[in-house]
Amino acid sequence: MGCLIMKELMLGNKAVARGLYEAGCCFASSYPGTPSTEVTEELAKFTEVYCEWAPNEKVAMESAFGASLAGRRSFSAMKHVGLNVAADPLYTMSYTGVNAGFVIVVADDPGMHSSQNEQDSRHHAIASKVPMLEPSNSQEALDFAKLAYEISEQFDTPVILKMCTRVAHSQSVVEIGERTVPVKAYEKNIRKYVMAPANAIQRHPMIEERTRKLVEFAEESPVNRVEPSSGSRAFGIITDSTSYMYVKEVFGDSVPVLKIGMVNPLPVRKIQDFASSVDKVVVVEELDPIIETHCRNIGVEVSGKDLLPICGEFSQNVIAKALGGEVHKGVSLTEQLPVRPPAMCAGCPHRGLFYVLKKLGATVLGDIGCYTLGAGAPLNAMELTLCMGASLSSLHGFNKMLGAESEQKTVAVIGDSTFMHSGMTGLANIAYNQTNSTVIILDNSITGMTGHQQNPTTGFNLRGEPAGRINLEALCRSMGYERVAVVDPYKLEECERVIREELAADSPSVIISRRPCALLKYVKKKPSLRVDKDRCRSCKSCMRIGCPAISMKDGKAEVDATLCIGCGVCSQMCRFDAFDLSKGTMFQDPSSRINPALEERLGKEA
Amino acid sequence: METKNIMIVGVGGQGSLLASKLLGYLFLKRGFDVKVSEVHGMSQRGGSVVTYVRFGDRVLSPVIDEGEADYIVSFELLEAARWLPFLKVGEGRIVTNTQKIDPMPVIIGAAEYPENLLEKMEAAGAKVDAIDCVSLAAQAGNIKAVNLVLLGRLSRYFDIPDEEWQSAIEANVPEKFLEVNRKAFELGRAV
Repeated sequence: MGCLIMKELMLGNKAVARGLYEAGCCFASSYPGTPSTEVTEELAKFTEVYCEWAPNEKVAMESAFGASLAGRRSFSAMKHVGLNVAADPLYTMSYTGVNAGFVIVVADDPGMHSSQNEQDSRHHAIASKVPMLEPSNSQEALDFAKLAYEISEQFDTPVILKMCTRVAHSQSVVEIGERTVPVKAYEKNIRKYVMAPANAIQRHPMIEERTRKLVEFAEESPVNRVEPSSGSRAFGIITDSTSYMYVKEVFGDSVPVLKIGMVNPLPVRKIQDFASSVDKVVVVEELDPIIETHCRNIGVEVSGKDLLPICGEFSQNVIAKALGGEVHKGVSLTEQLPVRPPAMCAGCPHRGLFYVLKKLGATVLGDIGCYTLGAGAPLNAMELTLCMGASLSSLHGFNKMLGAESEQKTVAVIGDSTFMHSGMTGLANIAYNQTNSTVIILDNSITGMTGHQQNPTTGFNLRGEPAGRINLEALCRSMGYERVAVVDPYKLEECERVIREELAADSPSVIISRRPCALLKYVKKKPSLRVDKDRCRSCKSCMRIGCPAISMKDGKAEVDATLCIGCGVCSQMCRFDAFDLSKGTMFQDPSSRINPALEERLGKEA
Repeated sequence: METKNIMIVGVGGQGSLLASKLLGYLFLKRGFDVKVSEVHGMSQRGGSVVTYVRFGDRVLSPVIDEGEADYIVSFELLEAARWLPFLKVGEGRIVTNTQKIDPMPVIIGAAEYPENLLEKMEAAGAKVDAIDCVSLAAQAGNIKAVNLVLLGRLSRYFDIPDEEWQSAIEANVPEKFLEVNRKAFELGRAV
């Protein structure tokens, strides 16, 4: 009897988690970020692996490094911009190397489905001299996660596994295996681990030697493989990651392909040999010309970004158009269709606060999270979004230059999780270097945008168990903020009064706008509101808050009972008492109003 | 077998992930290679969302491109029209819910919800099955079951025994919603 092979349709991120589990990973510390979040969430389903959300990626990576030092295979995941935050430990961990294997997932987002930039993480691998693997489907995600630990221990280095949205969030078929747990002992080694100049100077040449050995590995390992073709030799393609799938979709086996699975360091002979077997080489890679530049550096003439775009995602049609394959075309309607941008959910606690800021004509410097949607129509109440924590640090510089007039009308808004991630240091700067700034912490008691992850202010850990809880009010007071106010963003008058007071105050203040995310399961929903059609004067005041549950039907406002959770913000906009808070009905059971997609992904949260 | 392409489109939060999960399960059980590609994060917040389901002997690209979809299963009318360019010209079929959900530009009065979309899509050469899924789902016992009504209708175009659909539903729907979802599937299959 043959052995039973388990085949499963598996999300790329889940496949990474499976690979980490099978390779004996014992410790994971990460910060959530689309499209990387599910790796750690899925890994946490294996009770043998300790998993946590750290306050930010730097802390996560350093914690995981500590676990590696202790002799246990360890792991940290982040999105592309998260690696910027964790770059500091990464670049020097390259020098120290590891004890037990250490694997880092970084997930890029070409096409910016859920990101503020389109940076290419492969640059970090090159700059930090750390090996990087790039899977192109779920099976490779699983296999490469295991291979990453082998490389990490064999070459004494952290290893980066680079995902992208289409590999992370696509399901494909995988075969799974068993778990084995290799463990190492911790040994004191000052020259290896204390990166004072005298020791680091010794380490640097060792890192260069390691890279030479890794190049040899890249030459020999099947992780970089040539797929010959029976057809024409007119051109060959060098490609990586999900681009490989698009290339195969368009050309099948009719074109020779060199598939790169390890993008740093890249092989030399393998590329030169491949190039000499074909008349012309085209490099097909998303975003920046990393492989292309390497080819030129080793004397191989190639095409690449002269044919293919540097911005955005690829697809089969993009490749076909550029390289002469069959381009599929569709038919569209002749008229322009209205766009459907993402919007704050019905009952979102951020809505009321942004409405008040807009009403007051405040200048709002924003941050990264669901509340970035406050910049969208009709509220348009945000004027800056840069990176995690930048709202309050830039508010300080802004106010320093523009003085009292700015201090009385400018605020920073930052979510609870983002504040814990990188807001505290900016708040310290305001207290230390003294501007009369007003910071609003939008405390919805969860990390919302990435799909409800716990953070140090929620009182629960990744697995939903009780954990330490940081008190935001006490934290701000301890930094010297005497003015710390808490408001309920469902109460518009209260918000307006407090924001006015704090903007006018002659010392810096923190306003905590506190109301849990309306999508959280434990949040009690109220009956939906109903519009009294006789009272509605069609003034459209209620439309100014941009609630997706309100629309105009036959000239009168109408509430979609399936979306409305009865937050009552719209009723505070109405001068004619047209919203009836008493006659509404609970629609189905309360959970029926939770975003089902989110609910499905967060089944564990119940 | 040549790869078949099904797109599931709608408004963030309408439950398209269950539909794609169920289809992925079904085709894998049938012995096909399968890929399902979805988008999470920012775009989920009430925005236009799309999931790609591909199956065949060997599936390569995780996404479906313009002019490639054999079926577009749409939870909302405007979204069906938005993704029309992805339908295979002359061959593809749209299975859509007739429900209209106003996007933000319409809510704030910056745009109008387009009129006569069904007729326009048909005039553009698409075969369209338009179903009032919300009524049928309500009839089944829960308006959230729109996804199963749509799958019921889609199932008519596949030569797959009813038992296989049923076991796919059982494997992917929580026990307490099973009856409602089964009924929604039946109602969709019957229209």
